[in-house]
Amino acid sequence: MAVRAEAKAGIVTSRPRDGFQWVVGIVASAVPALLLLIVLTLLQQAMPAIQHFGLAFVVNTDWNPVTENFGAAPAIFGTVFTAFLALALALPVGVAVAVVLAEPGHTTLRGFVGTGIELLAAIPSVVYGIWALYVLAPWSYEHIEVPISEHAGFIGWLGSPAVRGLFNASLVLAVMILPTLTAISRDVIKAVPRGLKENAVALGATWWETTWRVILPSARAGIFGATILALGRALGETIAVTMVIGNQYVIPQTIFQPAYTLASVIANEFTEATGTLYPAALIELGLVLILVTFVVNMLALLLVQSSTRDARRAV
Amino acid sequence: MNRNHRRTYVSSAGLGLMYVLTLLALIPLGLVLWFTIAKGLPSVIHPQFLFNSELPPCEPRCPIVSQAGIGHAIVGTGIMVGIASLIAIPVGVLGGIYLAEYRVAPWSNWVRLASDVLVGTPSIAIGLFAYAFLVVPFHHFSAFSGAVALAVLMLPIVTRTTEGAVALIPNGLRESGLALGLPRWRVSLQLVLPAAAPGVITGALLSVARAAGETAPLLFTAFGAHILEFDPSGPMQALPVTVFKYALLPYKSLQDQAWGAALVLIVMVLSINLISRWILRRHIALAGQL
Repeated sequence: MAVRAEAKAGIVTSRPRDGFQWVVGIVASAVPALLLLIVLTLLQQAMPAIQHFGLAFVVNTDWNPVTENFGAAPAIFGTVFTAFLALALALPVGVAVAVVLAEPGHTTLRGFVGTGIELLAAIPSVVYGIWALYVLAPWSYEHIEVPISEHAGFIGWLGSPAVRGLFNASLVLAVMILPTLTAISRDVIKAVPRGLKENAVALGATWWETTWRVILPSARAGIFGATILALGRALGETIAVTMVIGNQYVIPQTIFQPAYTLASVIANEFTEATGTLYPAALIELGLVLILVTFVVNMLALLLVQSSTRDARRAV
Repeated sequence: MNRNHRRTYVSSAGLGLMYVLTLLALIPLGLVLWFTIAKGLPSVIHPQFLFNSELPPCEPRCPIVSQAGIGHAIVGTGIMVGIASLIAIPVGVLGGIYLAEYRVAPWSNWVRLASDVLVGTPSIAIGLFAYAFLVVPFHHFSAFSGAVALAVLMLPIVTRTTEGAVALIPNGLRESGLALGLPRWRVSLQLVLPAAAPGVITGALLSVARAAGETAPLLFTAFGAHILEFDPSGPMQALPVTVFKYALLPYKSLQDQAWGAALVLIVMVLSINLISRWILRRHIALAGQL
């Protein structure tokens, strides 16, 4: 263990602790301390709502500031639904781009595509929001939602299209999580041992057979990790979703109708919340969101780390 | 033979499909850039748009050239991102040095895990935290609380990119410094850090670009303002907040301003991004020569 650690970069000291290590170690502790402080602060601020509603908060579907009866169920539904629909839309595209980026050769094209995807990640979410609101959502309403509901509207959950709603929010989310999905999947696919691929080709497998039956299956755990990480991003995305989801605090009957997510309820209502119970309920929504993303992110990190480590060991 | 023909055919079709999906992935980038430029440019070409502050909406009868502008939002974004950088970059760089130089220390694994989790924390939740921590005790919105929220967002990015850059520096440099009798802090800060500077600067610039584009943490911390403000203890406007608020209002003139502000924002963020990329590429070219 010690030998392996020494082989990596970094000072390996004979004396286990020196003054500098203490100083930078304490500065670095700002990160975990901050994380703890965020959770504790939100917990403390949400306390009135937690005590008042108890566990029923997560199943209650009502959100009424007048009677001060608050429940998180519609927002949790909207958050989870949009995130999963976005993943379903983005996953095939993201993996395809990752496969193309991980292939050797064509460096110019690859550099172009890679830069494009990374710029996609750099665009602020509010710019996606205004684009989705004025361009994507009207287009998707006319060319995707209306045709689908005309031809398949007899299936209950594919009816009543709307410009702002669950589906269009998922569509813009899919675009936004694509870079996360692609970047990590590419690294994972690149980490697949070359021997595996060479063996497949030597046995006479075509490019497609090599990719589909050898490379993707051995990168499976890592791609799954990338998917979960993208899920975490999708769950927490606020502004772009707020602009196109339609802001109706209900569990909608069809996938096109207006709804709400945890993050967008907070973004829209927090500055107007008065009294003690109303802001506390909003902060409890934030607490639910933060805890869900923590669990999702930890799971994703474990999956990505273990899959790239296994691949490295196999080489 | 027939079967092999089919296999080759399937393979080419599969490859073609992958390239089609790749093109599909790039379409949104083109569309976002195109519409932002096409709809934002008519506002931005008037110089006063960048310097004036907001005027009330003039619907239904607007003069052909509106006097309204987003000067206050540009200044606000500059001030808040500046304060956030002053907080997050020094702390993040030192934290990153700790992670890279003492990667065997057990505590560094916890710091690494915490920063990976903090990167994934929804920005709206960080806004709630800054609100509870810095707005509630002082009973009013302030640009400073917004800057702190942005700093929390930037910190894990700076930490992890600094770690990556510092860990790339070969051990020979450290060993020669130690062999000359330099204390460890001088080895880390005066030998290793300058050698890793391009990577560290890239990370810092990326975090600045990320913070400049964030809306959610500012909504209930900096809140927004209608006039030019320089005082960080009061509310202040920011570019992304301008886009968010104006885009949802029913006035055509304000929606045009939102597109203009979006164009300014995207030009700012993408140019910071491309500059940082260029620095890194030059660094890699230099490292190849060594």
